Amino acid sequence: MSAFVDTVAAPLVNASRFRAAHEAEWERLDQLVTRMEKRSVRALPDDDILALPLLYRSALSSLSVARETSLDRSLVIYLEQLCTRAYFQLYGVPDTALRQFGRFLARDWPMAVQALWRETLVSFLLTLAGVLAGWWLVSTDPSWYYSIIPDAMAGGRDPAASAETLRATIYGAENGDGGLATFAAYLFTHNSQVAIFAFALGFAFTVPTVLLLVYNGLSLGAMLCLFAKKGLGLNFLGWLTIHGSTEMFAIILAGAAGMKIGTAVAFPGRDERTEAAVRAGRSASVAMVGVVLMLMVAGLLEGIGRQTVQADAMRYGIGLAALAGWLAYYYLPRRREGDHALAA
Amino acid sequence: MRWRRNRGPRSVASLRRTFVTPEGVDLRLELGSAGTRASAYILDMVILLISMILATTAIGLLGVAGAGGEAFMILWLIGAFVLRNGWFILFEMGGRGATPGKRLLGLRVVARDGGRLTGGAVIARNAMREIEIFLPLSFLGVQAAEGAADGFLTIFALLWTGIFLFFPLFNRDRLRVGDLLAGTWVVNTIRAKLGTDLVAARAEQPRRVFSDAALDLYGIYELQTLENVLRNGQEEAIVTVAATIRRKAGLPDDGDDYAFLSDYYAALCARLERGMMVGRRREDKHVVMGRR
Repeated sequence: MSAFVDTVAAPLVNASRFRAAHEAEWERLDQLVTRMEKRSVRALPDDDILALPLLYRSALSSLSVARETSLDRSLVIYLEQLCTRAYFQLYGVPDTALRQFGRFLARDWPMAVQALWRETLVSFLLTLAGVLAGWWLVSTDPSWYYSIIPDAMAGGRDPAASAETLRATIYGAENGDGGLATFAAYLFTHNSQVAIFAFALGFAFTVPTVLLLVYNGLSLGAMLCLFAKKGLGLNFLGWLTIHGSTEMFAIILAGAAGMKIGTAVAFPGRDERTEAAVRAGRSASVAMVGVVLMLMVAGLLEGIGRQTVQADAMRYGIGLAALAGWLAYYYLPRRREGDHALAA
Repeated sequence: MRWRRNRGPRSVASLRRTFVTPEGVDLRLELGSAGTRASAYILDMVILLISMILATTAIGLLGVAGAGGEAFMILWLIGAFVLRNGWFILFEMGGRGATPGKRLLGLRVVARDGGRLTGGAVIARNAMREIEIFLPLSFLGVQAAEGAADGFLTIFALLWTGIFLFFPLFNRDRLRVGDLLAGTWVVNTIRAKLGTDLVAARAEQPRRVFSDAALDLYGIYELQTLENVLRNGQEEAIVTVAATIRRKAGLPDDGDDYAFLSDYYAALCARLERGMMVGRRREDKHVVMGRR
């Protein structure tokens, strides 16, 4: 039955005509998108950039037409992936890193921290409660000290130590002259990792974050009480303040950021739960980058400044100046304009 | 009552998602499956580990040659921190929205609302990895260190952390905790070449003609399966399919299976397309058209 017929007439199906008419445009768009994916939009000459939106829209309309009129699956799949790639190159690509970083410093970082003010207050109060509890526990019964502060962290600073030993830990150059910078780097990376961890834990309805904050306060209170009993309270505070004002602030902010996402997930308010989570997550994570930067500063102050600056007045001066600087940076009123590019 | 076959793209568990561009066209994105994403992650970790080892040796050699231990330690500490936290963030903030592992497996990160992928979103989705991966790992580590001193507590802790680890399996969009919080999802990005036009390829030559009865055997689904067979060009499949079609249509074997299938494809395609133009879309062979 299958006789042959000799026809060299017009193309048999629409798809062939359609392809012949538009294939060149698709090819060009494909090339442009590939170049943008490999480098960036700046790799394209001007007339290509001008052509890009037109090519993109015509590819989109080709896709719609092909879906409705063509049975060639390979054609539809090709157009789908071409349009998808072009879409993400046109709409989905973030700014250049440098510009993002500039905007982050100028607006997004302080704005994100400002938006956390309620949580920051709560986590500050929690830490304070921890400090008071730690102080009270150790002052009523010094044996609490051992259960609050692990041996490795105490490093000989326990109720059994003499005032001289304790004084030496505050004023001595414990690491000799080398190793300060290494110590700073270690402190920075370790603390940052813990802060990121505390932030992420906030997702579990903030409970673990709250525990971490209170525990942090407890150990601070216990230490304070220990030194105060030996008459070294103010000296210890000075030793702590030089970096602690930055570090504790950063930890409180990390806790606040964790709290923010935890409460957004638990109590989304009028928004849909996922929507609330997304909004909180994006802005809180911007604050977290700030926290890591703060911890970097704290690590430098702690690793280097603490051992080289020995006078109490200088220690208080540096620490309080840093605190004032952070507070001014975050909370001084500033104009609200434009959109949050990083946290939008 | 007839049972409809539940085919891939239309089934409930499908990973295709409607995604309408501002121009009003649905791109029908396909989400990355949990398996692919896990593989991409493992791939990334392997690359990360290798680059860490290489960097360590390089810095070590420099350290031995130069100033000594201190600079080495600082470089290493900061480098390890930046690699661990920055690897995913920096790559995903780039133009491709993918780490090397994701890129190799054809995945990319995309904002769920179709907007720009912001830095905040990328950071949020990667910071959450701390509780997804490292929390379970650290509990396992504690258990190993203490020799399962408190078995019950460990099991409880593992279960609790397992919720985060296996979170993507519990929702239909395969979202990690990080994706949920950042408003992102991970989609497949295939790069397809435009295949040759199978119909046009046969246009210049004398073609076989088929009766209406022979062409009424199949619908669009079968046509596209035939297209796959022709494009893949596997000898066995071509022989089998050609034999089946000949048997069903009652046609004699003329010895050239590929040409026969190409002609049948062209004829069927033209016929179905004509039907489609007048609003008669025949999805598959089970659909019987009312009037011819």
